[in-house]
Order: sequence, then structure tokens, then C-alpha cells
Amino acid sequence: MTSARLYGPKGWALLGAFAAFVFVVMPIFNLYVPQESSFHMSTYWVTLLGKILCYAIVAVAMDLVWGYAGILSLGHGLFFALGGYAFGMYLMRQIGSDGQYRQPMPDFMVFLDWKEFPWHWWNSDSFWWCAMLAVVVPGLLAYVFGYFAFRSRVKGVYFSIITQALTFAAMLAFFRNAMGFGGNNGFTDFRRILDIPIATPQMRMILCATSALLLIGVLLLGRWLVTSKFGRVLAAIRDAEARVMFCGYDTMYYKLFVWTLSAVICGIAGALYVPQVGIINPSEMSPANSIEIAIWVAVGGRGSLAGAALGAGLVNGAKSFFTQNYPEYWLFFLGAIFIAITLFLPQGVLGLVNRFRKS
Amino acid sequence: MSGAATAHPAALGAAGGAGGARVATGELDLTHGVVLYLEGISVSFDGFKALDNLSLSIDAGELRCLIGPNGAGKTTMMDVITGKTRPDAGTAFFGQTIDLTRLSEAQIAQACIGRKFQKPTIFERHSVFENLELSMKADKRVRKTLFAKLSADEHQRIQDTLKLIHLEGESARTAGLLSHGQKQWLEIGMLLMQEPRLLLLDEPVAGMSDEETERTAELFLSLAGKHSLVVVEHDMAFVSKIARKVTVLHEGSVIAEGPMEQVQNDPRVIEVYLGR
Repeated sequence: MTSARLYGPKGWALLGAFAAFVFVVMPIFNLYVPQESSFHMSTYWVTLLGKILCYAIVAVAMDLVWGYAGILSLGHGLFFALGGYAFGMYLMRQIGSDGQYRQPMPDFMVFLDWKEFPWHWWNSDSFWWCAMLAVVVPGLLAYVFGYFAFRSRVKGVYFSIITQALTFAAMLAFFRNAMGFGGNNGFTDFRRILDIPIATPQMRMILCATSALLLIGVLLLGRWLVTSKFGRVLAAIRDAEARVMFCGYDTMYYKLFVWTLSAVICGIAGALYVPQVGIINPSEMSPANSIEIAIWVAVGGRGSLAGAALGAGLVNGAKSFFTQNYPEYWLFFLGAIFIAITLFLPQGVLGLVNRFRKS
Repeated sequence: MSGAATAHPAALGAAGGAGGARVATGELDLTHGVVLYLEGISVSFDGFKALDNLSLSIDAGELRCLIGPNGAGKTTMMDVITGKTRPDAGTAFFGQTIDLTRLSEAQIAQACIGRKFQKPTIFERHSVFENLELSMKADKRVRKTLFAKLSADEHQRIQDTLKLIHLEGESARTAGLLSHGQKQWLEIGMLLMQEPRLLLLDEPVAGMSDEETERTAELFLSLAGKHSLVVVEHDMAFVSKIARKVTVLHEGSVIAEGPMEQVQNDPRVIEVYLGR
């Protein structure tokens, strides 16, 4: 496994440029250039970028299962939200007694007149415990769900519909106050991570840089996977699963591995996302959110990990622009690009770039 | 011949029932010189009997041709042997010990049964080389595949197969761009990479030119002996070129078996198949 196998010189240069921008340029212009200066980069942009980077990580995870293994999930938002909720529990505990009611319990529990924490909040004041939950809970759910779905050879649109139903069911469950996750309000009003205030430029920068680091890590890991023999088997499953089985591969375990890995990546991205946007509620599990993830990948270029990340960036960049300037047109625009991509750019934006490079 | 063939599976069925765990991973046991036993296999789909009490045995190293009109059950029989379809009744043994009705498709493939589909099924978006690499006999569990690297030896084996299937110059080519005949050859090459003991070939020369058909016949004849082959084919010229023993299927069961000339003159065969 040489570095040349992962990316060509141009690929490494782009990755390096991205790293230099997030880890060097941004901190300088955000933290060290004084706010009065016109070169100052406001923390708003840092947070926005951090949020989009989390989406990009999800897009890469989605592309691993959809672009490479041919499994279209319309429920990836669930794994993302579960990671967010798991880490959100820790963030809620970090509020301490600074909430509206000045009580040591989270506000929503005080409001519901709960006297003690539900069982699943056990140890939730531990950073590492909740960080672990953000990995294990989405991973375990994906493993169990995937085991039964793949063992029963549920495929194609049937699989997609079941994933959609799964996230919808979870959303309805999380809406209930009795679940102990704050009902439809979810978690918000976060103050600190590891006793350090979140709402400082330094913390915002750290979260954004961590998201970037994770994105780079996921891109490298994903690239390593898809260029390995494992990746070639995955693509073969996508194109001719029966042939792969008759070659002697138990395709169920290949799908299960990449499916679970993808869910785990989404969970970690969700855990990083929640402190940056400051809220997690059941609407993150809405079917529309999961469909949007598929749109990011389709826009960027299915079957290219960097393309998927790019797609998440482009669509969410456009979303920020539209929702600020022309909020009523955003959904029309989203629908229009999806139709345009499906009709004219089956390989996504990256496919277009490659076509120009060739001609 | 049929007397000997029926005696073994009956004994085996009892042994398989008693020592169920043993059969799953057993090595291919050819002590009686028979590689495949099918005994009383019946399969029905919504009341339609695709296979009706079918019995058949293939000797080790044999090249058997299987003919029969459309709907005779040839493909269903291959589905049963490769684990795609479970029979409603009957036993299917690979060698003396391996009970095919209990294994998954992947396990059967690992037990060294290779199958070529009627429509060439290759990995269209992979290169010719990668197609052979993926089908090569290896530890095919996820963990091993993640870290798999081609050894020089394995590289050489792929090159040898490329030569055998006349695709040396196309190694890096995307497989989907090959001609129909070349795809057929690639699929045969993929089977050979699996080092199968038994090859099931469903219409291997469909869509091939006369020259390609000729070369395929030579290839199959050279493989027989070391491997056992079951060839399903409609091309009678091809069948009579390679056949030593022909089995005729009709409505899910065997109606005739023997050398080509004998089968051709069998009145029942003429009635259901050749005469039309």
C-alpha cells in the first residue's frame, strides 16, 4: 500500500492545500487578525465550514455504500442523528446548573418533573463514554439491521424503502418525551465541552479543524478501501452480485462490513456536528434529510469519494446562500439541480470536470 | 450404470444425516470415482415441476453434455447444484461427502464448483485482469481480502490464464468493451482461476464465431480429465464434437443417456427434441 496508490500527485496536492487552508490560513485570519481588519475571517464562517465538513464526511460514508457497493440508503440521517444524540447527552450534562431552571438536571427533565436520570443516561457526564456511544450505537444498529436485511437478500429499492422507514420510525420515537431525549425540542443550549466554553472563537476553530481532520482521515481510509481488493469485490457486488457469490465470496459480510463502517463514520460526524450547530432534535431523522444526503453524493459524483465531499460542499454552500437571500426558492432550486444532475450529469459535477479534462 | 449410481447416494444420505456437521467443510472425496451425484431431485415453482425426480451422476474427469428442449430443467438443475435453488426433495452430493443442499452459493464455489451463466456474466466495469484476480482461488473472507496482495506466483497464474483464453493483449481493457465471444472466454477464464473440480457451463459457445467455437471445443477437451465438465448446449455440431456421453433432459427428468449416436437414435429423444 503505497501513497501513490491512494492518490496521484495532484490529489495529494489538493488534499495538502485543503489541510493548509483549514489548519493554518483559517486560524491565522480568524484568531490572529484583529476583528476590525477587513482580512478578519469571522467565526460565523468557521462554524459554517465546520458544519459543511461534517456533511461532507457523511457524503463520503454514503458514497462508500452507494457508489461502491450499490446499496442506496435513504436512512443515513439516522446514524448521523444517533451519533449527535449520543454526544449531545454529554453536552447536556456539561451545562451543569446553568440551565434555565438552575437545576443540575437538563431543563427538559426538570420540566417533565423527573427526579433522576433514565437508565440510558448512565455515565453520560463522561466525555469518553458518550464519544464511545456515538460510535457504538449507530454501528450496532447498522450491524443488526444490516445482518437481517442482507441475510434475507433485501436489495435495491426495497432496501432503500426499509431504511427510509427505519429513520422515520426512529424520528417518531424520538419525538416522544418518554424516550428521555427531550422530545421534539431535542437538546440545545450547550455551554461547554471538557469544561471549556463552546461559544469562543478558539473552540469553534478547534471543532472545525477536528471536522477537517476527520474528513481527511475518512477520505484516506475510504480511498484505501476502494483501491484494495476488498474495494474491487465491493464494486463487483454492485455490478454482478450473483457472479461474486459464484466466485466464492460470501457477499453478505462484504456488504455488512462497509454498511456498518459507513454508519460509524456518520455517527462520528454527527457527534462533531451537534456542538457546532448547537442543537439536535428529531427533525435530523426526517426522511427528507436522508434523501438530501443521497442528493449530495449524486451532485458531486457517485463512485468518487472526493466527488461526494465536493457535492456536500456545493449543495450546502448553495443552501446557505439561498436560505439567507431567497429562502422561499431553496427547495425549488434543490429540486431543479437534482433533476438536472439526473438528466445531464449522471457522473455528477466531478464527471463534468473529468470530461473537460479529457477533451 | 444407473444401478451403481443409485447405490452410493442411498448409503450417503444415511451417512450425511448422521454426521451432519462433517459435510460442511469436507474435502472433495472421489474414492468411488464419481464427482457429482444427483438422486431423486424435485423442484417445483408454484406447482410447475421444473425438476421431477431427476437422477444423474457425473464421473470424475468426465465431460458430459446435457441437452434438452427449452424448459427441460437444465438451468434449474445447475441452480440446484450451485445452491441457488433448494430442491423440494432429493439429494445432491459433490464427491462422497459434500452435501450441496446444505451449503450456500459461496461455500459451494469454495468447494470448487464453478459455474458459467447462460448470459456471459463478468464484471463489466473492471479490467480483464481484475476479473481474473477477483475470481482466483484464495481466502475470500473480508479480513483477508482487505489486506490481500498479489504474489508473483499469483500474477503468473493470471498471465497463464490470459494466454489460455487468448486475451493476453486485453489485460488492462475494461471487460465490458470485449466482444461477446471474448466475454464468454473471459468467464471461462474466471472459472478456471477458481481451480474448480467441476465446471458447469451453460451454453458456453452461444454467440461465438466458428473459429472461437472450435477453440472452445479444444479447450474443453484439454480440460476434461483434470476437471469434470458439464456442458449445457443447443449447438448440436458443438455437442457432437466434444461429447463422449450425452444426457437428454425432458420435463425435468432424464429420458436418455449414452453416446451421441445412441442418443440420437433413441425414439423418445427424436420425439421430444431432435425430431422437431
